[in-house]
Amino acid sequence: MATEQLIWLLPLPPLVSFFLIVLLANRNKALSHTIGIGAAFLSWLAGMVVFFRAVTGEHGLHGLGEHPLHSAMDWLPLGDGAFQIGVNIDPLSALTLFFVCWTVLMIFIYSVGYHNFGQPEGEHDQKGLPPHGATVTDEHGHQHTVLSVEPNYSRFFAFISLFAFGMFVLVVSDNLLTLFVGWEIMGLCSYLLIGFWFAKPSARAAAIKAFMTTRIGDVFMLLGLAYLYSAAGSLSYSVIFSPEVLDRLVHDAAVGGFLGLSAAGLIGLLLFIGTVGKSAQFPLHVWLPDAMEGPTPVSAMIHAATMVSAGVYMVIRIFPILAAGAEHGLTPAMTVMAFIGAFTALFAATIAVAQNDIKRVLAYSTISQLGFMIAALGIGAYVAAAFHLLTHAFFKALLFLGSGSVIHGMEHGVLHTGNHDVDPQDMMNMGGLRKKMPVTFWTFLIGGFALSGFPFITAGFWSKDEILADAWAHGHTAVFWTLAIAALLTAFYTMRQIMLTFFGEPRTKEAEHAHETPWTMTAPLVILSVFAVAAGWAGIPEDFPILGGLVANFIHGVSATLPAAMIEKAPAFNVIPLIASLVVALGGLFLGWLVYRKYKAGATDPVKKMLGGLHTVLQNKYYLDELYQATFVRLFNWISEVFTPAMDRGVIDGFLHGIARVAFSLGGIFRDRFETPVITGAADLLGNGVKGFGREFRGIQSGRIQQYMNVVLVIVVVLAVFIYILAQV
Amino acid sequence: MTPVQIIFLVVSLMLLVSAFMVVTVRNLVRAALWLISTLFMTAVVFVLLDAGFLAVVQVVVYIGAIAILFIFAVMLTRRVMADTGPQTNANGWWVGLSSLALFAGITWILLGWGGSSADAPIFPAGLDTVTDLGMGLVDPNGFILPFEVASVLLLAALIGAIVVAWDRDN
Amino acid sequence: MIPLSWYLILAAALFSLGLFGVLSRKNAVAILMGVELMLNAVNINLVAFWRYSAPEVIAGQVFTIIVFAVSAAEVAVGLALVISLYRRRQTVIAENIDLLRW
Repeated sequence: MATEQLIWLLPLPPLVSFFLIVLLANRNKALSHTIGIGAAFLSWLAGMVVFFRAVTGEHGLHGLGEHPLHSAMDWLPLGDGAFQIGVNIDPLSALTLFFVCWTVLMIFIYSVGYHNFGQPEGEHDQKGLPPHGATVTDEHGHQHTVLSVEPNYSRFFAFISLFAFGMFVLVVSDNLLTLFVGWEIMGLCSYLLIGFWFAKPSARAAAIKAFMTTRIGDVFMLLGLAYLYSAAGSLSYSVIFSPEVLDRLVHDAAVGGFLGLSAAGLIGLLLFIGTVGKSAQFPLHVWLPDAMEGPTPVSAMIHAATMVSAGVYMVIRIFPILAAGAEHGLTPAMTVMAFIGAFTALFAATIAVAQNDIKRVLAYSTISQLGFMIAALGIGAYVAAAFHLLTHAFFKALLFLGSGSVIHGMEHGVLHTGNHDVDPQDMMNMGGLRKKMPVTFWTFLIGGFALSGFPFITAGFWSKDEILADAWAHGHTAVFWTLAIAALLTAFYTMRQIMLTFFGEPRTKEAEHAHETPWTMTAPLVILSVFAVAAGWAGIPEDFPILGGLVANFIHGVSATLPAAMIEKAPAFNVIPLIASLVVALGGLFLGWLVYRKYKAGATDPVKKMLGGLHTVLQNKYYLDELYQATFVRLFNWISEVFTPAMDRGVIDGFLHGIARVAFSLGGIFRDRFETPVITGAADLLGNGVKGFGREFRGIQSGRIQQYMNVVLVIVVVLAVFIYILAQV
Repeated sequence: MTPVQIIFLVVSLMLLVSAFMVVTVRNLVRAALWLISTLFMTAVVFVLLDAGFLAVVQVVVYIGAIAILFIFAVMLTRRVMADTGPQTNANGWWVGLSSLALFAGITWILLGWGGSSADAPIFPAGLDTVTDLGMGLVDPNGFILPFEVASVLLLAALIGAIVVAWDRDN
Repeated sequence: MIPLSWYLILAAALFSLGLFGVLSRKNAVAILMGVELMLNAVNINLVAFWRYSAPEVIAGQVFTIIVFAVSAAEVAVGLALVISLYRRRQTVIAENIDLLRW
């Protein structure tokens, strides 16, 4: 099959799977997950075929950049031409496709085990609540509570299939419109999946929060898209990134001379705000930690591997617009991005240090790492940003899935002891799990080291180092130091997390009774950990001492996606950023080990002791949620609950009632002054007149023939006289 | 005054008196009898006009059939109206006036018409009116059609009278 | 000789008398008698005109014969109606038969 056709077909299996599950397979759990995984597998297969064909074409990635795999069709007839939509695989989308296919498939397989397929149904399980155990009697008559299967199992696979469809559409699209379509589909599925356990009020609130917050970003993005379309006449990449259009966008001033920006600047800024929402950057980051209410595969997929990556992907995609105009410096849009990215990276890392929920740490970690990517793009490090996107997807998905495995193990312990007050997600209740859950431990360790940037072996090191190297080489020292400190904190809190969860002795009975999770959950962990290590080796800089050049720097070919004028050479090797990377990574890991190696149950968190009051601020996320609640949320609640109904009832209804009253009174006047006397009077007069006339005249018809004949006689005589007289005349 | 004129005047006087009696007498049987008298006088007038056959037909048909029919009708409808009370309705005077006016008008027109004072032409000798009448009534170029139509009319009247007067309660 | 006008005036007088009878009599049978008088007047007129214009043309007498037939038929049916009416309404007074009144 031609590659272009394959690219068109790529997003379809998950969509078909969604419909099949919803319409046909909803009651059959095994059929649902078979359809879902089958669809993910088909898309994975197609994605791998497309990827290999794309990168092994002539000239490798560079050739792909100049001649992307492209196919378009007319979609919306507009006057003479038509709005075209199509598919496009260039180096950036090929790379993204690679990691999306793998992570999606791994998460689908993981979900089977996570939702306890094969386990009995719980007696008290309700659809909309997380399953909490089924009682089984073994052959000795002992009753155990075991994990029960998720009641809404099929629904989950339907939703993640739809989500996968959205992501694939976004990745393969060749124009910003279908990208936005995929973006919105994922927003919807994110809402549905965060609120998967819809009977929990916290989950419902989190789903709404996620949707609303990303919506704010989406509105601005839509404005940006509209502006771009009106300025450039098209949304296809081949048109909007062409030198002529870019030139025009740069030289046109923004609408209304907005802040002295060029059109390109304003468009870039508006589209970037979409990413701020979707990729949870400050100030719209507040939804991501709450989104941990959803099942862990959802957190992994949406909030690590795909949806938040989509925000970064989009902004990488529109880099030509962002960078247009400034030859070697930074455009205003890029400066904004660098600032927000770096700030978010540090900001989120500080909060992560003080979190106790295993998933919250990872959520803030995600926000922080996304900040890294945005900052990288903000300083113009195109390749570094794309590289970090790739590696982050793998290791963050791995970490989330690992945390899900840990939580499962802890839940098993909770069911065993029957003590439901113990939160299976609280790291303070864990400890010593490396002995109980070895596979989970080793894969989590690999993921954690990748996140921290453990030197040379892990993928995270290479991508983070590239960002720091780029920042140093182009002289963006503020960004450099901010990201370096954030990386230090990243390594620290990651080691803290690993120490608290896996090392030491089990701090609760529940942790003692944890055990390893089934192969459907551990196999994906192993596979992802391979990538978490190996993905980095594809991007070793060429002039790296000793190691450079051993493996061809594949990732650097991503820059071929850019228009030729913007492609920069990789920065020359500088030892300072390398030393900084090593110091922060190893230093942070060492510090984390140092502080937490002696942590016992019930003791205060050492960080809390060190920071004191600051720790409370960090733990409460700088009270930002409370601030938003007190200001925006209350304001909008007031508008919708008080102001709008009052307006509606008072003003609008009042206006309508007023009109009605006027109409009524006018009608009354007309009726009494005009209609009744004149018209009705005339009609009545006519009617009564005729009636009276008739009543008088009917006396003629007496029924007596003699009377009739009398009349005839009289008339005949009169007529005769008349005619006679006329005849005489 | 020729004798014929005197006869005519006497006959017409009797005719008119009888007719007057028909329309004013209260007792209906007497009215019927006066009608017979009127019809007889009319037959005499026909004779004066050299229409002997018609005079005979007048007597036979009118007096012999129709007048008898009248008497029967009067007899059959006598119960309620016991020959009492005025027979002329309220309009009597006005009708009288109108008829008088009519008569006056017709007479005045007639007298103004020149041809009314004409004398009768000589009756052709040998003119057999009866034969002529008979031949005329069956002659295809003559009056066979009115003759047939009249017979159909009589048939219809016959059937109609029977049907109308049929006593359905029996 | 007798001028035509005498016959015609006679017929007119008879006709008027008949008309008077029709319009002023209460009893329905009496009304029909009035109608007979009028028909007789017509007959006198017809025969007079026959005799005084062209006695050899037999059309005049034919006309009269037809009038005989018609009047006979009319009287028969008329009296049948009166009798039927008498059976229904127990009255033959024309004033009381006013069903077609408004």
